Amino acid sequence: MSLLEIKNLTAKLADEDKQILNGLNLTVEKGQVAAIMGPNGSGKSTLSYVLAGREDYDVTDGEALLDGENILELAPDERAAKGLFLAFQYPIEIPGVGQMTFLKAAINAQRKKNGLGEISTPEFIKLVNGKAKELGISQDMLRRSVNVGFSGGEKKRNEILQMSLLAPKLAILDETDSGLDIDALKIVADGVNAMRSPDRAFVVITHYQRLLDYIRPDVVHVMAGGQIVKSGGPELALELEANGYADIVGKAA
Amino acid sequence: MNAVTPIRTAAEQSLISAYAALRAAGAPAPAVEDLRAQGYSRFEASGLPHRRVEEWKYTDLRAMMREAKPLAGAPDASTLLAAKVAVGNIPRIGGSRLVMVDGFYSPELSDTGTMPDGVKVTSLANAIVGRPEIVARLAGSAAAQANAAFALNAAFLTDGLVIEIAPGTDVGHVLDLISITSAGEARLINARVLVLVGEGASAGIVETHVGPAGTDYQKNVALQVVVGNGATLEHGRRQIEGDQALHLATLDADVGAGAHFDTLTLTTGAAVSRSQLFTRFVGENSKATLRGVTMLRGRQHADTSLLMDHAVPHCESKELFKHILDNEAHGVFQGKIIVQPVAQKTDGRMMSQTIMLAEGPAMDNKPELEIFADDVACGHGCTCGELDPDLMFYLKARGIPHGEAEALLVEAFAREAIEDFGEGPLGVVEELREAMLATILDWMRARA
Repeated sequence: MSLLEIKNLTAKLADEDKQILNGLNLTVEKGQVAAIMGPNGSGKSTLSYVLAGREDYDVTDGEALLDGENILELAPDERAAKGLFLAFQYPIEIPGVGQMTFLKAAINAQRKKNGLGEISTPEFIKLVNGKAKELGISQDMLRRSVNVGFSGGEKKRNEILQMSLLAPKLAILDETDSGLDIDALKIVADGVNAMRSPDRAFVVITHYQRLLDYIRPDVVHVMAGGQIVKSGGPELALELEANGYADIVGKAA
Repeated sequence: MNAVTPIRTAAEQSLISAYAALRAAGAPAPAVEDLRAQGYSRFEASGLPHRRVEEWKYTDLRAMMREAKPLAGAPDASTLLAAKVAVGNIPRIGGSRLVMVDGFYSPELSDTGTMPDGVKVTSLANAIVGRPEIVARLAGSAAAQANAAFALNAAFLTDGLVIEIAPGTDVGHVLDLISITSAGEARLINARVLVLVGEGASAGIVETHVGPAGTDYQKNVALQVVVGNGATLEHGRRQIEGDQALHLATLDADVGAGAHFDTLTLTTGAAVSRSQLFTRFVGENSKATLRGVTMLRGRQHADTSLLMDHAVPHCESKELFKHILDNEAHGVFQGKIIVQPVAQKTDGRMMSQTIMLAEGPAMDNKPELEIFADDVACGHGCTCGELDPDLMFYLKARGIPHGEAEALLVEAFAREAIEDFGEGPLGVVEELREAMLATILDWMRARA
């Protein structure tokens, strides 16, 4: 069974009639890193939000099966509990909610759903400190409110920290490379690569081939007009980098 | 002969009878009789305030107080014993504990033996006998005197506390004042507390108001504060009265020169409550911070009405009040800042913020700035809305369930009003902040 199977997914903004996803089909296998590339406005971020369960969108048709279960009827926290993780393109600042409080709440919510008791404070601190160190996240950042006063790169690294703490089955990285300098890009890619495993899959949404030099994809999908219009191997990303989207998108339209 | 006889409500008639009985029983001192008479005549002239009285526009006391309960008498031995058990279950905040039962100071339940040096605690009933300087303090500010709840409190003035902090004393910890209403038949509790902080002294006091659930007792309390020149007073207040209670509280504070007054109230209790804060700068270069967090559910009604009087130049006041409303609850915030003509270089900033957790609650905000000086910085703001859906989505996307995500965001919202309370010399205020934040989380978790 595929880890993620999206069938004929059709969605629009809740308060507008404009349809953004137009019967999208996509399959992601366990262990795979699937890159999704596509021009601006093709619906890439919408796909990530719809999968994560953001309320601003209405799903009008289709289904998305995670491990065979349709997740589109579930609340966002239930999807997360099933092992779905979205690394946000624009991680949100939450003034007043401490980073450690937030991470602990997330870890404990997951443990509770798995029938485990709350994590002990020493165990929690050890776990976070270990992962934070690998990602170059300072103690000062851990003491602050969630993402408040973080640079763009720090926010992205913070997303990867959350991902590594929650160890999801399926991680969707929405333009995690945007706003990153080359050093930060390497740290983020190392964080992702360290988590690659036969049981886990990644959907990497990006505009640029550059990220894929560091996170080598198994498959590359091209998205346009709310659909996957072409799929191929890693070489497809290089082709897009050289020739742009015009050829493929033009042919599809 | 066109004398108008006002039509009295049942509650007003009971209050009139109660005063007559009190008067017949006699006052402990002539000065007390005068104070009572002044308060009563004010009440007699206007009756209970109603919605056509601007100050009470959103809290129609005449309609909300259908009847007046009989005036509580001094607690007997069995009442004191029950109160002792109840008070023992309330975790301590700070150091020495002072207890009032049904509005009467109870030395038996208080830590009278461990009062820090420089702190003198007397029952009001004792202090007003033979100490005219104390009686003189009890008259209150002009604004308080004109206020219906304060006038009624004066009319029934009997007991309470006088806390005197000697000049230069650093108390070093917070006085933990519990005001408990005993179980049994619902009564009207009346109490007055006077806190005199001497020149250069620093002190903290935390009031906790508790009472039985399921009883519609009524409580009308007043706290008068004089913060001497160069003194600091940090005042915390927890209103966690029983769910059927009516709670009226007046704070009347004079802040001297170079002084610092900080007050923070957490309101979660009572069916109907009103917290009134009358604060005046009487000396230059002083600071006052007035803050509050109110959490209401069901059909609870809570009103915070403040009057910040910048009567002298070079003072700074900050007012920050947060409401968290659920179900059909009703919150009220009335904030008036007066900058007198002489009060140049005043800095006043007032903010009221509300989070609605449901479609049903209502919030009334009425900011009033009366600025008569021309070289001042004054501002006010007001927000009202639901929890930010983007923040909620982010938290839920990390697996945090809806209720828990709401609790995190509400705690963060309230924390802003709580976290820098007591930036003065009293480190132990930390205990109060933690207790308040714990109450907020418990309140949120009880929703689920």
